Amino acid sequence: MHDEQILGYQPGNSLIHSLNGTTKLIFLLLVSISCMITYDTRFLLVICIFSLILLKVAHIKWKQISFIVKFVVIFALINLIAVFIFQPTYGQTLYHSKNILVNAGYFTLTSQELFYLLNLILKYICSVPLVLLFLLTTNPSQFASSLNSIGISYKISYAVALALRYIPNIQTSYWEISAAQQARGNELSKKATLSQKIRGTLNIVTPLIFSNLNKIDTISTAMELRRFGSKKKRTWYVTQSFNLADYLVILIALLSVIIVVILFKVNSGRFYNPFI
Amino acid sequence: MNKTSTSIRNVVAIGIGTAIYVILARFTSIPTGIPNTNIEIVYPFLVLLATIYGPKVGFSVGFIGHTLSDFLMYGQTWWSWVLATASLGLLVGAYGRYFLDLKNGIFNTKQIITFNIVQIITNVISWLIIAPVGDILIYSEPANKVFLQGISATIVNSISTLILGTILLKAYAGTKIKKGSLKKEY
Repeated sequence: MHDEQILGYQPGNSLIHSLNGTTKLIFLLLVSISCMITYDTRFLLVICIFSLILLKVAHIKWKQISFIVKFVVIFALINLIAVFIFQPTYGQTLYHSKNILVNAGYFTLTSQELFYLLNLILKYICSVPLVLLFLLTTNPSQFASSLNSIGISYKISYAVALALRYIPNIQTSYWEISAAQQARGNELSKKATLSQKIRGTLNIVTPLIFSNLNKIDTISTAMELRRFGSKKKRTWYVTQSFNLADYLVILIALLSVIIVVILFKVNSGRFYNPFI
Repeated sequence: MNKTSTSIRNVVAIGIGTAIYVILARFTSIPTGIPNTNIEIVYPFLVLLATIYGPKVGFSVGFIGHTLSDFLMYGQTWWSWVLATASLGLLVGAYGRYFLDLKNGIFNTKQIITFNIVQIITNVISWLIIAPVGDILIYSEPANKVFLQGISATIVNSISTLILGTILLKAYAGTKIKKGSLKKEY
């Protein structure tokens, strides 16, 4: 029926599954921040190819990620078109030069603009596989323990683990309430008018929110009875120790940050400019 | 209520609140017919949660919820918009902590009016200032594009909070028992 899966942990035994959660989190953060900062096309290309190879190494199948990839591609295209429509001259301001490819008044296409858009696409391709990799190969409890080990307070880490654990539950109760309301004649199809849709959604959302808000009190009482939060630190059942492979991966991540810093100096700025 | 039990309740409220946020973000946007402009129920929900549990929970649910739902839907996240959502939770939460008393079932007309003035101001701060300025600084996108996105987000989110948020807050206050509602019979 509603098998629109929400992305979550899929057990496996590849090299990437066996890495420590903390290692993967550090790698994801450092590499995606470097990709966010730099607009150096050469660096982005290397990371792109690298992250696509990593997906292969982790034995992730196309059908596991196809729906999200399609969603991302459509979104990225809309965003690119919007960037172009709103300021077709943005590329030439950035790269301080102008080579006209297609002359069409306001929408004059320059090779600089095209190059800027290419960089934007590369940025998407860089970070998306890394995030998918992390979400699909990391167990939520281990994710919490790895958040804790990079210095985030264990209460916040626990809150994140709690959220990841309850998302499937709340999703199920959403579909149940929705089915119950449809049985009572709640109109949510494409034919419904806007006000009908709003009222219909409210009919589902209100019981969903209120019944789950009541859970907060129950769960926090249960946790209080088990002395959660009485000490400054806690240990995690799923903690893994660091291996040689973990240190190597962290080293690669640090290397990418250093390369970005060097490129910043070489290019004297965020942008790699092949036009001058 | 003592300090540890409030902090536990905050942890749980952040966890469950984030889970609800992600589900609402994933399944309940209502298309208005204008492209890329949806009525989002998550923001009225975030406002409700922030007014009940305060600024810390509002900030954290906005931050973690927006990050997670972006990652789950798009595989990446826009930190400038995450920050905007988080500050919406923070500001409305701070207002709710000092000026509203939903837990005792009180949400009168005067509070409804001030609540809506405050939420419109915070929506302007979040979507018209924090999000576009962050987009320009972090992602260096063209200014007129991000400000247009900011304006449409401000309008849609203010209106949906005005209608849906007020309904949710009123309904929540209605489920709570008013202070002093029991009278001794003689």
